[in-house]
Amino acid sequence: MLIIGELINTSRKAINEAVENRDVEYIQRIAREQVEAGANYVDVNCGTMVFDEVETMEWLVNTVQEAVQAPLCIDSPNPRAIEAGLTLARYGQPLINSITGENERYNEILPLVLKYKTKVVALCMDDSGMPETAEDRMQVGRNLHQRLTEAGVAEDDIYFDPLVKPVSTGDKAGLEVLDTVKLITEEFPNVHKVCGLSNVSFGLPNRKILNQLFMVQTMTMGMDSYILNPLDTTMMGYAQASATLLGKDPYCMNYLNVHRKGLYDK
Amino acid sequence: MSNFNELAESVISGNFGRVKEITQEMINKGVEPLQIINDGLIAGMNVVGVRFKAEDMFVPEVMMSAKAMAGGMELVKPLIAETEMPSVGTVVLGTVKGDLHDIGKSLVAMILESGGFKVINLGTDIAPEGFIKAIREHKPQIVGMSALLTTTMLNMKATIELLKEEGLRDQVKVIIGGAPVSQSFAEEIGADGYGSDAMVAKDLCIKLVGKAS
Repeated sequence: MLIIGELINTSRKAINEAVENRDVEYIQRIAREQVEAGANYVDVNCGTMVFDEVETMEWLVNTVQEAVQAPLCIDSPNPRAIEAGLTLARYGQPLINSITGENERYNEILPLVLKYKTKVVALCMDDSGMPETAEDRMQVGRNLHQRLTEAGVAEDDIYFDPLVKPVSTGDKAGLEVLDTVKLITEEFPNVHKVCGLSNVSFGLPNRKILNQLFMVQTMTMGMDSYILNPLDTTMMGYAQASATLLGKDPYCMNYLNVHRKGLYDK
Repeated sequence: MSNFNELAESVISGNFGRVKEITQEMINKGVEPLQIINDGLIAGMNVVGVRFKAEDMFVPEVMMSAKAMAGGMELVKPLIAETEMPSVGTVVLGTVKGDLHDIGKSLVAMILESGGFKVINLGTDIAPEGFIKAIREHKPQIVGMSALLTTTMLNMKATIELLKEEGLRDQVKVIIGGAPVSQSFAEEIGADGYGSDAMVAKDLCIKLVGKAS
């Protein structure tokens, strides 16, 4: 299981402020806390800094890497910002978030995946729009899988994101994702699957509960990576317990470690 | 009077069938169509708005209420001449070019409609030229743009620039919304306002057209 720590994102108010003030200490503290809490990757997203995203990305990547030696998830809609981040990424194999089946996006991002030998999040959408059903998603997914693997990207480096939509505006939104994850797992057993969790609960109360349960449900279907807040100890505890129950934790060692770290203490 | 209360209550509880029934009964009895709208349908939706803002009602319930209200409106509308339809103002709404996010913007459309606005919902992936065309055609007081992507939010700026070039900027107020945008971004690109959610957007529109609903 791959946990991508989502906190360093300038759409979050505290991070936005810290980035604007070039507050090295705060950014480094958040990076360190996420890794200590179990994040395997640290997401870096400064997409809201539309006027100087490239410079901000460079500063963020350098700042984070002075604090932690974790690989980074370079998260941006802007290929120039992604490349700026990749050029500086020093630890492990970076992850690009994201490529899609949209022609323009695909053609911009693929060369970066190949040049920097990265892992890549592949969003199940293309120029025909946002997918509704699991089968819609699978069509985009199949197409992406073929193009990426033919281009030389290893299956192990592909992370399909099924595209999570709010259940508040479409009763079947959660179910379609669960079905998609199941289908991807059956058809492409060697690729990974990743998602964020907060979209699903948009517009509803007690969002944490829905997010936590959706994590367990998607993992049951085969999801193996999450973009989440690793400082949310309940979520992290559930993620580990869920993996243990799904037979992914020999001798329950990870579960016991998490127990000893106190994540289940109330 | 109690009938209006029941109609409003049925809108609030999102009871599509009941709203249609009561509306039809009222029409049959000869109740003034505008009164059915104002004292029944919109009255109910106004309560929904307040409760939504107070987090006492949630998105799916608002959608049910809006759908129920639309069911009633459908029956009443044919009885009213276009010119007499009560309208607080006209709003052209769209998600900007390159962006396919529809949900938030459509929620805003729903809330604005139920607040008495005439809403022209252009859909998603709307180029600056598309907004210009719709503004020329529908002459709205307000144009609202949505973006959920940090790459597409700059297309809001492009639309405002084109409005200026086309000499239309003074004729409409521009409002923006969507996860990556903010009040300060609105100011930076020269928009007239930012709505953090659908209710804020409605209040903002009412303020901008200078009338109360």
